[in-house]
Amino acid sequence: MVNETIKLKGLTLKNPVMTASGTFGYGEEYADFIDLSQLGGILVKGTTLNHREGNPYPRMAETPSGMLNAVGLQNKGIDYFVETIYPRIKDIDTNIIVNVSGSTIEDYCAVAEKVNALENIPAIELNVSCPNVKQGGMAFGVTCAGIEQVVTAVRKVYDKHLMVKLSPNVTNIADLALSAEASGADSVSLINTLLGMAIDAETRRPKLSTVTGGLSGACVKPVALRMVWQVAKAVKIPVIGLGGISSATDAIEFMLAGASAIEIGTANFIDPTISVKVAKGIVEYCERHNIKNVSDLTGALEVM
Amino acid sequence: MKKITDFRLIEKKEWARSTFLLLQSDEPLEEIKAGQFVQVHVDNAQHTYLRRPISIHDVDYDNRTITLLVQRVGEGSNKIADTEINATLNMIYPLGNGFTLPEDKNEKVLLVGGGIGIAPLFYLGKMLKDKGVDFKFLLGGRSKTDLIMLDEFASVGEVLVTTNDGSLGEEGFVTQHSVWKKERFNKIYTCGPKPMMMALAKMARENDIWCEVSLENLMACGLGACLCCVENTVEGNVCVCKEGPVININKLLW
Repeated sequence: MVNETIKLKGLTLKNPVMTASGTFGYGEEYADFIDLSQLGGILVKGTTLNHREGNPYPRMAETPSGMLNAVGLQNKGIDYFVETIYPRIKDIDTNIIVNVSGSTIEDYCAVAEKVNALENIPAIELNVSCPNVKQGGMAFGVTCAGIEQVVTAVRKVYDKHLMVKLSPNVTNIADLALSAEASGADSVSLINTLLGMAIDAETRRPKLSTVTGGLSGACVKPVALRMVWQVAKAVKIPVIGLGGISSATDAIEFMLAGASAIEIGTANFIDPTISVKVAKGIVEYCERHNIKNVSDLTGALEVM
Repeated sequence: MKKITDFRLIEKKEWARSTFLLLQSDEPLEEIKAGQFVQVHVDNAQHTYLRRPISIHDVDYDNRTITLLVQRVGEGSNKIADTEINATLNMIYPLGNGFTLPEDKNEKVLLVGGGIGIAPLFYLGKMLKDKGVDFKFLLGGRSKTDLIMLDEFASVGEVLVTTNDGSLGEEGFVTQHSVWKKERFNKIYTCGPKPMMMALAKMARENDIWCEVSLENLMACGLGACLCCVENTVEGNVCVCKEGPVININKLLW
């Protein structure tokens, strides 16, 4: 029997597979396809203090082995989440983690405080890295000073597991991770989407209403893997790896590079059952390699 | 309930720009409403990462088959159209909300399709025929080669045709057909190019006619999770894949 449990500070995952914010709705959208209780966790859609309509259409452009999105944090706000969505999803037998976003420190803190009061939400993922919103997180997430400001402030009002989602659109992501750690983060998750762009040559127009957007999908995996490796070497807190994971092998690579757990994002769109397949595939790998605890994979990379 | 299922291609017909695919499942079909769609997985296509949303053209529960009409647009649709007999296509279905069927069978209904947008109207026409509703098809294309499956449509209901070049039916756009002067309709269902649907929506509003349109915004997940395919409506941005693809014109901003 392989032990799949992953223990993080104040947060126990039944296995290392979670689904990434913005790709899995509130979980309900996938309930016809999989048993949600087989997941380590579900990171629900980015939630802000007030209702946000998001960016105008078109918000999506397909790219080789990936896609660009410019959704812009469309959501109905934290009060709607607390009153309407939380009661529907709170009893799903997995970790429901809220991705918290904002444009000011006060916004972040106000949302984090409201989520703190929800009994069945054991953690938040602080989104300081959304590339699609003006002054929307990424402003904080691309400098060490910005990360310190927002994480320190949220840490004061939030006492459960605080995960900070990092942007890859920076010079040295390990520095940002160190800032998050020093400011009280319990873990870091990476990577958010890479800033990209697509053009329709026939019409000479950008394919996204916002011109630039966030790149995700299999194409970003090598970049994400490298960043997870760099960050895991730099910090002592756990690293949650994501970016293009589409198979159990991909997930195992992220764990070997130093991730304690992983998130599956865009691959959910292509195969809505991929998350449970990945969890199963990790166990099979461990059985094949006589590994007793899935957590033993973390950082087990053997560099020549 | 939504399902992920492999369908085997058992019959195929080809035209210059589009293909008819008759696909069979090993399992009994889920209940499908007219206007719903499938998300088709595209194998071995280097530039096609996401599934392709395609309207359901026809359903046969007894034979466990669905029919798709696929227009060749890019790599993804070409790969789907090139599927060989006995090969399988992996699909997520049924997706979206579907058309609202009339309660009263004395309604006068017009089903207006343009180009490949005729596809979902076929199954809708069959449903209306079963209910005994009085309806006609009005199908438009640029030229007669754009209009496919007309005999099959005619076996379900009366078919009126317009082509931009006059090569079949009346010359002009669907909104210019003489039937509008002769008859008064109280329900319009439409699917086709956006300019056509916009013109119809305008006409329907001016004449106070109930009208539903089927949209095809660019889509990623098809499940209401990614929020990419939104249409801005009187209720704000809604997902075409979940709250649509069928939307009443009284919710649209165009």
